[in-house]
Amino acid sequence: MTIISSCLLALCHAAAMSAGSAIPVTAPHIAYAPVLDEEPEQAPLSPTIPDDQAVASAIRALQPLGPTSALSDGEGGVRIGKIELFEGGKLLLTNGVATVEGSSGGGIARWGTIGGRQMPGGIGLSAHATAIELPDFSWRSYGVLLGVDDRLELSVSRADFDTRDVGTALGIGQGYTFNLDTFGAKLRLAGDLVYGESWLPQIAVGIEHKRSRDADLVRAIGAADDEGTDYTLSATKLLLARSVLVNATLRYTEANQLGLLGFGSAGEGYNLQFEGSLGYQLSRRAVIGAEYRTKPDILGLGEDDWLDLFAAYALTDHLTLTAAYVDLGSIATFPDQRGGFLSAQVAF
Amino acid sequence: MLIPAATAVLMVIQQAPAEGTDWDAEFGVETKQRDPVTGELPVDPYEQSNANAGAAPYDSAGLVRDFGGRDGIARIAGRTVDLAESDPRIAVIFESHDMVRLKRTLSEQFCYLLGAGCDYTGRDMRAAHDGMGVTKADMNALVENLQSAMREAGVPFAAQNRLLAKLAPMSRKIVER
Ligand code: HEM
Repeated sequence: MTIISSCLLALCHAAAMSAGSAIPVTAPHIAYAPVLDEEPEQAPLSPTIPDDQAVASAIRALQPLGPTSALSDGEGGVRIGKIELFEGGKLLLTNGVATVEGSSGGGIARWGTIGGRQMPGGIGLSAHATAIELPDFSWRSYGVLLGVDDRLELSVSRADFDTRDVGTALGIGQGYTFNLDTFGAKLRLAGDLVYGESWLPQIAVGIEHKRSRDADLVRAIGAADDEGTDYTLSATKLLLARSVLVNATLRYTEANQLGLLGFGSAGEGYNLQFEGSLGYQLSRRAVIGAEYRTKPDILGLGEDDWLDLFAAYALTDHLTLTAAYVDLGSIATFPDQRGGFLSAQVAF
Repeated sequence: MLIPAATAVLMVIQQAPAEGTDWDAEFGVETKQRDPVTGELPVDPYEQSNANAGAAPYDSAGLVRDFGGRDGIARIAGRTVDLAESDPRIAVIFESHDMVRLKRTLSEQFCYLLGAGCDYTGRDMRAAHDGMGVTKADMNALVENLQSAMREAGVPFAAQNRLLAKLAPMSRKIVER
C-alpha cells in the first residue's frame, strides 16, 4: 500500500514535471496591484535565509498590506482610494494660523503657506474662530478651510463687526453689526516654506472674493460696490539658520476696511497694498512676531494701516492658539483702535 | 513486480538532492558578512569626500558646545536613528538597511556640518537615498525624530535650527515622490 501510494505520488510528480517542461517558458510576469491588494490566504511564512537583512526585507515583502478597502483607516486619518484624508504630517505651525479673512497666514497678513496639515497626496481641514476687542468695536470671525495636496487652499469665512455704542453715534443704530463673507483660494506655485534652497521661498497666488451683507448701507457710505475680489501674491520662508520666518504679500484690492465697508468709491478703485510679517521661532510649538499691513483709504474716512504683535502656540498637533496686540488705527472715523486679538485654530 | 520497477525508474529521474546542498550558492544568493571589527556590512565602492556631506560646515565653537561636542553629536545621531527605526511612520524604510553604518555616517555628517572637526566618509545624499521612495512626510517624520533627540540632549532651539538649516536644502536630493 505504501509502495503504491508513494509510486502514485511520484508518478503524478513526474507527469507534472514533464508537462511543465513541455509548456513554453513564459516571460516572468510582475503582477502588482491586483494581486497585492488581495489578502494572503495563509499567514506569511518566515523564510530561513541566513542574512538578517534579507530576512527583514523578505518578512516585509510577505506581510499583508493591511486593510485595503476603498475606505480604510490610515495612521490617524482616513483613506479614500489613493487620497489620504486628515492624515496630517506637516511640521507644527507650518500651516500658519487663520487670518482675519480666513486664509492661512499670521493673523492680519496672508502668507504663502497652505492651510491644513496634509502632505502631498492628502487632504486636510481646519477651522478657526477669532475675536478682536477694540475700544469702540468688537470683531468676531469664524471659518473653515480645505487644504489639498499642500498645493491648494480653499477657505470660507464670516466676519461680524459690532459697532456697539458707536452705532448710535454713526446713526446706524446701537450695536449695528456689519457682516462680511470671504471666499478664498490660494495656489502654491513654487518653493517650500521649510525645505529646498534657503533663497527660494514658498510662493503662492490667490484670490479673496468678498461679499458685504450690508449692501444698502455700504453704498450709502460711499462704496461703489457691495462685493469685490482681492488678488494676492505671497512669498514666505522659514530661515532656519536664524529661526526667523519672513513673509511678504502683495495685495491688489479695492476693499474698504477689508470689505466691511464695501468696495471702491465713486472716484477710486483698485490699489496695490503690502503685507509683511516677521516671526521668531522660540520652539517647535511657539512663535512670536510682528506684522504690518498697508490699507488704501478709498472712502476718505482716514482708514489706517494695520499692525500686530503676535504669539502663536501649538498646544497639540491639532490645536493652535494665537494672541496678539493689534493696532487698527482709525475705523469709520473713530481713531486709535488698539486692542486684543485671540484666535483658536483646529487643523487636521 | 511492475510497481517496484516503476518506482526505481522514477527515483532515478527525480533524484533527491544530496544532503547539505548550499542552496544560496546554487542560486547565487550573496550573503554579506558584517565586518568583525566595525560590525558594518560592506557597501559598493564610492569616492569619499567631505563634499558628500552636502553642505559647507559652520565654524562656531559655541555651536559645537551647544551640541555637547563630538560625543554629544554622536549620541544625538545615534538616538535619531533609534527613534526613526521605532517610528511607525518610517520604520519600514530603515528595516533592511545597515543601522550600524548609518549611525556612524550620520554622526560624521552632523559632526562635519557643525564644524566639530570630523571628516564625512559616507556617500552623497542622492546616492545614499536613491530609489528609497522617501516622501516629504517621511522627511518631516525624520526631522521630528532629530528634534526629539536634540531636545533630549538639551540643545538650545536656535542651535537645533542651525543644524536643520544645513539639512533642509538636501531634501531636493532625498525626497523622491
Ligand atoms: C536631511 C535629511 C537626511 C540626511 C542628512 C540623511 C543622511 C544620511 C546619511 C549620512 C546616510 C548614510 C550614507 C552612507 O551610508 O554612505 C543615510 C542613509 C540612509 N538614509 Fe538618510 N538622511 C536624510 C533623510 C532620510 C530620510 C527622510 C529617510 C527615510 C525616512 C532616510 C533613510 C535612510 C536610509 C534607510 C539609509 C541607509 C541607506 C543604505 O543602507 O544604503 N534618510 N542618510
